[in-house]
Amino acid sequence: MNKVHHQHARRLSLWLLLTPFVLWIGLLVLLPHLQMLRVSFQVRESWDSVTWGLDQYAHFFTEPYYWRTFLRTGLMSLLTMILTLVVAFPIAWYIARLARGRARGWLFLACLIPFWASELVRTYGWMILLRESGVFSALLQWFGFAPTEMLYNDVAVVVGLVYNGLLFMVVPLVTTLDGLDESLVEAGYDLGGGHFTVMREIVVPWAMPGIVSGCIVVFMLTLGSYLTPTLMGGKDSAWFTQQIFTQFITRFNWEQGAALGILLLLLSSLMIWLGLRLTGQSLRKVMG
Amino acid sequence: MIRSVPHSPWFNRIYGLYLVIFFVYLALPLLMTVVFAFNDSPFPSLPWQGFTLDWFVADPADGTRTGLLHDQGLLSALGNSAMIALWVTLLSVVLGTVNAVLFERLQFRGKELLYLVMLLPLVIPGVILGVSILVFYSGLANHVSNQWGIELDMFRPSMSLVVMGQVSFITTLSTLVIAARLRKFDPHLEEAALNLGATPWVAWFTVTLPWLRPALMGAAAMAFLMSFENFNTTVMLTGSDTPLTVALFNRLREGSTPVLNAVALFLMVASALLALVATRGDKNAEA
Repeated sequence: MNKVHHQHARRLSLWLLLTPFVLWIGLLVLLPHLQMLRVSFQVRESWDSVTWGLDQYAHFFTEPYYWRTFLRTGLMSLLTMILTLVVAFPIAWYIARLARGRARGWLFLACLIPFWASELVRTYGWMILLRESGVFSALLQWFGFAPTEMLYNDVAVVVGLVYNGLLFMVVPLVTTLDGLDESLVEAGYDLGGGHFTVMREIVVPWAMPGIVSGCIVVFMLTLGSYLTPTLMGGKDSAWFTQQIFTQFITRFNWEQGAALGILLLLLSSLMIWLGLRLTGQSLRKVMG
Repeated sequence: MIRSVPHSPWFNRIYGLYLVIFFVYLALPLLMTVVFAFNDSPFPSLPWQGFTLDWFVADPADGTRTGLLHDQGLLSALGNSAMIALWVTLLSVVLGTVNAVLFERLQFRGKELLYLVMLLPLVIPGVILGVSILVFYSGLANHVSNQWGIELDMFRPSMSLVVMGQVSFITTLSTLVIAARLRKFDPHLEEAALNLGATPWVAWFTVTLPWLRPALMGAAAMAFLMSFENFNTTVMLTGSDTPLTVALFNRLREGSTPVLNAVALFLMVASALLALVATRGDKNAEA
């Protein structure tokens, strides 16, 4: 009797706890995405009738502007991800292995501070520095150069995107490098390895979970970024999210917007899957 | 590369220089934003014209400048952001707590799979989370309106839709923070309470919940901050009550004045305070 009662209570508590989870993930994540997928296959015939078809996806492949921007966004996100890793690694190494005592805490805090401000504030800061009436240009003029526009080009966009991604790279790197046993590194040198060999054979394999986790987050944030490319990019630096925005908000062409959204989602999922696959990591280990 | 392996002085010098350049790169944009909030010039740029507090306090009735405190547009946007952030914080911390208990304390079939599903919002770009919710709910509102003539305004671009969009991914983050703390809880404590005659509810509220308090505070501060600063999801869902980040973005596209620097400074100080609350919560959680 008691046992049955106990089992009953357990079932009840499971359902009670499962319901909010299912409502949240179902109503706010799964159903909206399924609906977006459905809409992306809808073709508008007249104002009140639709049929099914691949028209929106066909547009994407036949309209060079779409797929070129798609490709460009993907490649620039990849470039940003690699640059962020290269810039962040020595910093993370210093914080995790070389800094002592309080310096360590302070340096880590210094990396965190810019990320307490929003992406908008950080991007605005770069605009003040880089634009023609900006600080760098004023300094150049002081040295006798002509006013220079450094904003509104691809380099500016990448500088801004790397800046925005840094924290998400530094933190996982510091966390994994922190656990590295230095005697392994010493052993590498004792066995005759040079700096490069020790780095490649010992440090990088050890840091791999951190590298993958940082790269995934930075790539995804960059790919889905709208603010930085819009404010810092020029006429030719279109970003794919801008096209999604245009379809939804400016043109009210939800069907096309949904198809573009699905394509972006596919690209980011594919890259994440590849990243995990190539390095033998699991999503749970990297994210959870 | 490590302390016990000596390096050439050149390597160390270059490494040191790199560190200095990196931290200058990190600090410069924010420093400049702060400095120009106090520049007595209508544009946030050099040359320095002297110190002023106009961009915070100037009353348009007294002159040509409008300080942050008198800028109705920005102030109401600030209010909208605060309202949205409060709702998002409340919802995502409650949901996060329930999820944490679900995944840390119960055993059931398909748990691993559901855990992965729970992590999904972290790997979906924010813009996509926003448009999918727009498509689903605004589409639903249109459909209901056409079919039955009932207007579901909360499902049209508005503050409620922004809250829904933000809760979709902030809940995952709060779940992770709270679950990490719950994992370290010793279930014997709860059993002791039960043995001493407490009902499961009393044991939960008097033993487990106080243990979770630092994580709940940390998750709440983080949720508030993430909501307040979010742009990518919000911009797709906002209606006429624009939150601060979207209002600032629109202003920035029209051209910038030092009022924006004043707002930026305010945002930095406010988020730094919140972040302190969040990290203190974390530290207590580690103790």
